[in-house]
Amino acid sequence: MTTAEIYQKLEPIIKTYLPEDVNASEIKRDSDLTKQLNINSAHLVDIVLDIEDAFDVEFKNEDMEKLRTVDDTIAIIKKKITK
Amino acid sequence: MEEKATVDMPNFENILEKLPYTEPFLFVDSLLAIDENGVEGIYKFSADSYFYKGHFKNNPITPGVILTECMAQIGVVCLGIYLMDIEASDNLKIALSSSEIDFYKPVYPDETVRVLSEKEYFRFQKLKCKVKMLNSKNEIVCKGSISGMILNENSGE
Repeated sequence: MTTAEIYQKLEPIIKTYLPEDVNASEIKRDSDLTKQLNINSAHLVDIVLDIEDAFDVEFKNEDMEKLRTVDDTIAIIKKKITK
Repeated sequence: MEEKATVDMPNFENILEKLPYTEPFLFVDSLLAIDENGVEGIYKFSADSYFYKGHFKNNPITPGVILTECMAQIGVVCLGIYLMDIEASDNLKIALSSSEIDFYKPVYPDETVRVLSEKEYFRFQKLKCKVKMLNSKNEIVCKGSISGMILNENSGE
């Protein structure tokens, strides 16, 4: 799966949990999920659970610690699906 | 006799002591059962609780937000404390993250309710539960889903 393909599948998941005051057009590859996109910690967990279903992967606590930006998320997913 | 029994027995008192609430905002009297999948507890809404003075004028009925709080304290926080490493739960920080509750029956002053909670998942510090509250006639008062973040201050960021 290419980075672009992963992003295509990931973006709608993130969009679901964006607060009303953040526009979907603000989602960029280097966006910080909590600081810039204003996603709260509970919804960050929801995003991870949706990713697990969509990509058939499992996140560990250490993945969660590394997860800051959209690119971080893509990198973690990529590592897991190529394993 | 094998030496086990007491080791894994849930200590209800221990859990209640770790609750970060006190009067007039503690809505747990005791726990009846707890395991990794759920919890059951009771609370009596004393007629002299402060909110009856205002909800409603001359017609005291327990506010829905208070019923929700009671379900959250028993169903999510008590269970969260049990699921966390009990040693590490001294610096517990908790936050309600979402709730969706339907209400069916009123709860009047001095009624005792029973809360049953079933864990949906506890991952990355988010605990989501299906909760319901029953009155003394075993009628459903309210039910729904509540989730919260259970954080340990010592566990880093």
